[in-house]
Amino acid sequence: MAIDIDTARRVAKLARIKVEDAALPALAQEFSAILGFIEQLNEVDVEGIEPMTSVTPQRLYRREDVVTDGNQQAKVLANAPDAREGFFAVPKVVE
Amino acid sequence: MTDLTKLTIAAARDSLRKGDITSADLTQACLTAIDAADALNAFVHKTPDVAKSQAEAADQRLKAGDTPDLCGIPLGIKDLFCTKGVPSQAASRILEGFKPEYESTVTTQLFDAGAVMLGKLNMDEFAMGSSNETSVYGDAVNPWKVDDRKLTPGGSSGGSAAAVAADLCLGATGTDTGGSIRQPAAFTGITGIKPTYGRVSRWGVVAFASSLDQAGPMTKDVRDSAIMLRAMAGFDAKDSTSANIPVPDFEAALTGDIRGKVIGIPKEYRMDGMPAEIEQLWEDGTAMLRDAGAEIRDISLPHTKYALPAYYVIAPAEASSNLARYDGVRFGHRAKLAQGEGITEMYEKTRAEGFGPEVQRRVMVGTYVLSAGFYDAYYNRARKVRALIKRDFDHVFADGVDAILTPATPSAAFGLGEMADADPIKMYLNDVFTVTVNLAGLPGISVPAGRDASGLPLGLQLIGRPWEEGDLLNVAYSLERAAGFVAKPDRWW
Repeated sequence: MAIDIDTARRVAKLARIKVEDAALPALAQEFSAILGFIEQLNEVDVEGIEPMTSVTPQRLYRREDVVTDGNQQAKVLANAPDAREGFFAVPKVVE
Repeated sequence: MTDLTKLTIAAARDSLRKGDITSADLTQACLTAIDAADALNAFVHKTPDVAKSQAEAADQRLKAGDTPDLCGIPLGIKDLFCTKGVPSQAASRILEGFKPEYESTVTTQLFDAGAVMLGKLNMDEFAMGSSNETSVYGDAVNPWKVDDRKLTPGGSSGGSAAAVAADLCLGATGTDTGGSIRQPAAFTGITGIKPTYGRVSRWGVVAFASSLDQAGPMTKDVRDSAIMLRAMAGFDAKDSTSANIPVPDFEAALTGDIRGKVIGIPKEYRMDGMPAEIEQLWEDGTAMLRDAGAEIRDISLPHTKYALPAYYVIAPAEASSNLARYDGVRFGHRAKLAQGEGITEMYEKTRAEGFGPEVQRRVMVGTYVLSAGFYDAYYNRARKVRALIKRDFDHVFADGVDAILTPATPSAAFGLGEMADADPIKMYLNDVFTVTVNLAGLPGISVPAGRDASGLPLGLQLIGRPWEEGDLLNVAYSLERAAGFVAKPDRWW
């Protein structure tokens, strides 16, 4: 399937990656090539096959629903580009 | 005195235990070799202070008679592993300056066993690549060279492969989502094993595609892989996909006796246009295993052809989810904003500046295949095909096949930059023989088995039954002994 420029723009928006308008045609072309490659999957008869959810048959490990750690605010914030008064700081999101 | 950096882990272990060498001397020899090898760009964050203090502690333990296998052994750690207080940025600009407040389970286990960390190793950005050319640190370079071209060490664990092949460390950690341990191992003449999915904890390893990612060792020979894998493996309550089954002594499985083992040769791996040298290597490897007493059996894995396209749906889909966390809020890079720009611009600019082109491409492909209206057509279909690929393997193992022999890569190492103008799919084809193993969650090992006409190393891959890494390593050990690959790159760096 050929991906048009509007679709490429929409995907970039959904992925929250800024793509300049000038770069969109090349991006659309790349997507088209990759999706063309992926479309080989349509040749496979998948009738009655369940989509794989786990590669090993085991059930996911579960632990007791109890608090296991906490009280490490300074460590949690240590790598933040902007942290103030014990919080992550971001540009204003509500007026 | 012999060059300490050239020792295998097994040889160094034995000498350390006997007191013939000290970890301090061994570690210093590696640090010196690393400083002389900047041209390889393998170590991207050197940690000499950590190494020296760990070596000193290891020497104390050795003196006290407390000698786990890896006690005092200097290793390199792929940049994908979070290491406390040491830069861990998955070779991405978006994690610039990130110093984890915690230690990955794998490195915790290695350090508890007395291993020494020499530094962090180069890789493709977020482990997305097959040539180490997508790294923010620049290309890692293969120590093998046959003309004036600089060759790729492969990827994504390119720095790990280059460092081990050049004797900068005794072993290294790698990770493998579609071939990222086995392809670079093959390109550099070393051994690398991707264990069964769930064998090694993923906790603290920067996630790429969580249902495919597994960490494993990259070493100078099969015995060293057995030793190092045992130290890395084991149940971890912090990884819900980690398997709660005992870790055997893999080294003890190395008897070299493979009489009566059934080795499958899958016809679908005989690709059109496969170089004659690769075909010859495969035939030679088959003959070696037959001569060692194995039964060779032709097998069919009918859905092999669809593994790469299924992978290029599933891996980007998972990556787009995993990489959503890089938003400029909690860690790493945040873009500078212009007057009036808000939080959406912050996300979009941060991710455009922080992710390189290949990562952006895969995140967007993943976003597309998961988006409303396409989820069934792409993502669910790929997961169904994945189930069929796994079923192919289940069938041959149920029929009594013990291991499967294939080439590791479709070619020897290529020149850095040579694929720059190729479309992305051409690069993806590097993983054509390895990616099935990740999709089926199986263990796979790459063993150096020969050289091409120009002298570059070539590897063979062995694929094993789930959880039977010991048996797989033993077949690999037999192949290694028969192939007798001892060549080392001539030092030019």
